[in-house]
Amino acid sequence: MNFNATILGQTIAFAFFVWFCMKFIWPLLLGMIEEREKRIADGLAAGEKGEQKLLDAEQRLQDAIDEGKQKAAEIISKAQKRGDEIVDEARETAKGESARIKESALSEIEQEKEKARQELKDQVATLAITGAEQILMREVDHSAHNEVLKKISQQL
Amino acid sequence: MASDSQGPATATDYITHHIQNMTYGQLPAGYERADGSILSEAAWTMAHSAQEAKDMGFWAFHLDTLGWSIFLGALFCFCFYRVAKKATIGVPGKWAGLLEMMVEMVNKSVKESFHGESKLIAPLALTIFIWVLLMNTMDLVPVDWLPWLAQKLSGDPHLYFKVVPTTDPNTTFAMSLSVFALIIFYSIKVKGVGGFIGELIFHPFESKNIFVKILLVLPNLLLEGVALLAKPVSLALRLFGNLYAGELIFILIALLGWVQLPAHFVWAVFHILIVILQAFIFMMLTIVYLSMAAEKH
Repeated sequence: MNFNATILGQTIAFAFFVWFCMKFIWPLLLGMIEEREKRIADGLAAGEKGEQKLLDAEQRLQDAIDEGKQKAAEIISKAQKRGDEIVDEARETAKGESARIKESALSEIEQEKEKARQELKDQVATLAITGAEQILMREVDHSAHNEVLKKISQQL
Repeated sequence: MASDSQGPATATDYITHHIQNMTYGQLPAGYERADGSILSEAAWTMAHSAQEAKDMGFWAFHLDTLGWSIFLGALFCFCFYRVAKKATIGVPGKWAGLLEMMVEMVNKSVKESFHGESKLIAPLALTIFIWVLLMNTMDLVPVDWLPWLAQKLSGDPHLYFKVVPTTDPNTTFAMSLSVFALIIFYSIKVKGVGGFIGELIFHPFESKNIFVKILLVLPNLLLEGVALLAKPVSLALRLFGNLYAGELIFILIALLGWVQLPAHFVWAVFHILIVILQAFIFMMLTIVYLSMAAEKH
């Protein structure tokens, strides 16, 4: 074990290396490592958050689907009801219309009948007068019987 | 064995050659060199024997220890600085990931043991861990390779060349004494000079009586002083002892002939544990000592 000035040289070298490490190596490396640690922690937290969000979104999606299904079912049932209503209404309307048409047809027929009867009456009167005229032509004095003929004609 | 023709003749020579550092220092005038020549005047030179290295006194340098430790320290700085410069928050590469893993390991150890606020402790711990780890790892390079290469490159067949800086107590004590200085610095910074001295003389034996208190100063100082001084000494000797012993066993195994191949492998595998463990222990104890120093009782 020879102690000599080597110990001084070693001390100086040691001090220099420690100083160098303290100045140029440690702060850089550790700062970076700590920052990376933070970033990884943040990333993990974000991942967890994202997972939670995904779950939430899936839940919301499921809810929306359920709601949509329910609404669709509601709409369908409403539509069915409405359709039934429309059909009923249409049936009612058709019934009323047909009754009305029938009515008016009947009344028209009645009118036509009346008119025809009137015409027939006139024609019968004319025919009767004409017939009577034909029959009585010779012995009837127009002037003497005109009055009677008029009366008959009015009676008809 | 490295070189049988020019190298050491006996096993003892081989071992002593391997545990001698490459020493550069001054020899006084009139000194008789290892080869028998006499120096006419004082000269700075390489030691050619263990005795010469010893006779150089304090003002001598272990060039191999300094060279390898500074090279490995620079390697540490270079690798980590490059990764730190290029570091991004994105996905790290494999190499960056490895270095960052070490940084995080050190950071965790510091956070668990040291409760104060300090910009120094964590980088200090990282530097100690990586530097000691690199220096210890040199032990896994077969004991003759690098010395043989150095001898060939320098052309000196007797060149001393130890490649594991932590088997030189100068290295371990340089670190442990620096840590010791920091222990005292933090103690005084946190507790003040009075608090630091009070901790030395009023513990572990305490008394309410003022006279008994004064009587107890000496035994307290003795116990606490030993406890305090034992910290750097044990820190340095533990690392040095483990690595020196490991190195010695590698050298002994290298003497075994062909049996050295499996034996070297087995010991190297076992030694990997020691290499990492000792680096970790040195770092951990440094953190613990400093946190003890920075805590008020």
